[in-house]
Amino acid sequence: MDHLDRLEAQSIYILREAYRSFPNLAMLWSIGKDSTVLLWLTRKAFFGHVPYPLVHIDTAFKIPEMIKYRDEIAIQWDLNLVVGQNKEALAKGETFVNGLDRLSCCKKLKSDALKNTLDGTWARRKWNPYKKVWEDELNGAPYTGVIVGVRADEEGSRSKERVFSARDEKSEWDASTQPPELWNQYKTDFAPGTHVRIHPLLEWTELNIWEYIERENIPIINLYFDQGNGKRYRSLGCFPCTAPVDSQARNPKEIIEELTSGKFKDIAERSGRAQDKDGGGTLERLRKEGYM
Amino acid sequence: MQRLNIVITGHVDHGKSTLIGRLLADTDSLPQGKLESVKKMCENNARPFEYAFLLDALADEQKQGITIDSARVFFQSKKREYIIIDAPGHIEFLKNMISGASRAEAALLLIDAKEGVAENSKRHGMLLSLLGIKQVAIVVNKMDLVNFSEIAFTKLKVEYSEYLATLGIKSDIFIPISAREGVNLIEHSASTPWYKGPTVLEILDSFKSVEEKENDDFRMPLQDVYKFTRDNDDRRIYAGTVTSGELNVGDEVVFYPSLKRSKVASIESFNTEVKTSVKESEAIGFTLQTQIYVRNGDVVARADQSAPKVSNRFEANLFWLGAKPLELDKPYKIKIGSAQSTIYLEEIKRVIDGDTLDRADEPSVGRHEAACVIFRVHDLVAMEQFGENQKLGRFVIVDEYDIAGGGIITEVLEQYTTRRTKALHVNDVLVDKAGESAEFEEELFALLRKHFPHQFN
Repeated sequence: MDHLDRLEAQSIYILREAYRSFPNLAMLWSIGKDSTVLLWLTRKAFFGHVPYPLVHIDTAFKIPEMIKYRDEIAIQWDLNLVVGQNKEALAKGETFVNGLDRLSCCKKLKSDALKNTLDGTWARRKWNPYKKVWEDELNGAPYTGVIVGVRADEEGSRSKERVFSARDEKSEWDASTQPPELWNQYKTDFAPGTHVRIHPLLEWTELNIWEYIERENIPIINLYFDQGNGKRYRSLGCFPCTAPVDSQARNPKEIIEELTSGKFKDIAERSGRAQDKDGGGTLERLRKEGYM
Repeated sequence: MQRLNIVITGHVDHGKSTLIGRLLADTDSLPQGKLESVKKMCENNARPFEYAFLLDALADEQKQGITIDSARVFFQSKKREYIIIDAPGHIEFLKNMISGASRAEAALLLIDAKEGVAENSKRHGMLLSLLGIKQVAIVVNKMDLVNFSEIAFTKLKVEYSEYLATLGIKSDIFIPISAREGVNLIEHSASTPWYKGPTVLEILDSFKSVEEKENDDFRMPLQDVYKFTRDNDDRRIYAGTVTSGELNVGDEVVFYPSLKRSKVASIESFNTEVKTSVKESEAIGFTLQTQIYVRNGDVVARADQSAPKVSNRFEANLFWLGAKPLELDKPYKIKIGSAQSTIYLEEIKRVIDGDTLDRADEPSVGRHEAACVIFRVHDLVAMEQFGENQKLGRFVIVDEYDIAGGGIITEVLEQYTTRRTKALHVNDVLVDKAGESAEFEEELFALLRKHFPHQFN
């Protein structure tokens, strides 16, 4: 087994543990490379099937190609796609482009939308792969387990995550009271009302992700590749806060080169993300409040 | 590039985070600007820069200067890639240390040259041995505080070696370092001309990756059975991760403890070529020639190879992390392989104290204590002795909702027989003989599973 085989096997084991432990399980799909790899690993774990819904939080500021790609893959792979949105904040114009600060915007459009979509408080828009139509779901059952594609190498507070990580009723995270996790025996027993985040990709690095995309030939969104103007996205997010990087990499192989010996060898991945930079411990604060 | 998981343990303030931070900085493993930004942050807060700040990412950690939770740190030598697990040394966060250490294939144990062997130095040594980590190097840090004295180093080496010997750990690797000053981390230092052994980086590169052994007998704890009906998929797939050995299409398999058997019809996978064989560590799925009803938790073995042991009693070495002590005759939950059952503590043979090792006649096992105990399981479970099969020889104990302890099976004991286990066994044989009742049983379980999902896990 090579290192990608090992990472793959470990992630599949975790996905299967999640599936057998939570009757109401969902997976977050941000359309980015990590959660798309997670989606691919799901099809590996369940032999071509995706046996849980995929939740996408649409901030209305996602790069338009992302939504197009999302809907195409959903049809192609027969996905149960669930879309959540903070309609109220958008209607009132409480957003960064209307003058709100970045962190508050993230909290409203991402964290709050996520929380209220997961627990079924807000209406969920669902793609019905059988009837091929979008339907609204009101008062849906809460998802008690949520699979998320965060990686330990992305940022300090993520390096301390557990694979099965409990959040309380308010979706808050307390890093100092995390339960033990031994060998591959994860914590799968939880008090009623607990929300659990499951992190099958913790031990993957950005480089591993691209090596795997290349090996498996995973259809990844083309925003990651230079389309001819010498720019590409290294990390995807909302367009007002995520900038492309200068790069001529046109495929996974060229990205791997950039990461191992080329220009991005020692540049942090999220350096194009503005919300990480507003002072020390910012992302940790966002994450305590429920941000991914 | 191959990867190795290393844990760095040791008492609080003995310099674990500093060692890792310095290793990252000296091997150019930090992202651009990281060192500068942490230095600037220290300047802004009017405090001296410390390499540990590169690691201690949480706001509370930086404020208090201690590591709260174990971090995964990625780092590369010329030879290979590492995940270094920075495990907290503070006793309050022992559960986080153990969580980190249980993922490791090798360990560095740090001891402060000036302060000497602390209680946690001993406890961590003991826990590493309980976790089954055999490759351990002792790093004697803060040699600058004892003027790089060879005598101080040797004295400490003798003292700690004697302790390790009582645990059955043989480690003759001791490295004198100063993490803060970068002594003997990457290069040998003029400060310790008397030291001819390896540097920390050389020791890391010398550790072996825990190799797969292909000759062991096949074992796979059954994680789940899938039948997805979508797109007319009629495969019934038995899924799990192979803990040892090899399985081929056509092999006859036996499920333990239910003793049901069939032959492997196909090995299933997605986006690969058709597989006819699978090996240790792979997360796999297979179909069978006949439809049998088996449940999560059974261990699958090959009919032509040895069988796992089946019992409901075993002796174990255990460490306890629960807020409430482990008590006799109280029901707990055990997770072993993919099986879950109720378990009772039958006997405490001795409590092992980090300092004095043995204490007898204890009524319970307290938080942060280790013990040699006998457990009784409610159901029959397939298991192995740790020395024979590490993955089927270790278990965790769940108290209420949390994993409160873990351990390794030192001896599988003779079954404790009650009427109930006998009845179950007879029932299994009957069901096996009558195909019809197997089908009925399966439909019934499908319904139960659908309407009472929580009863099944």
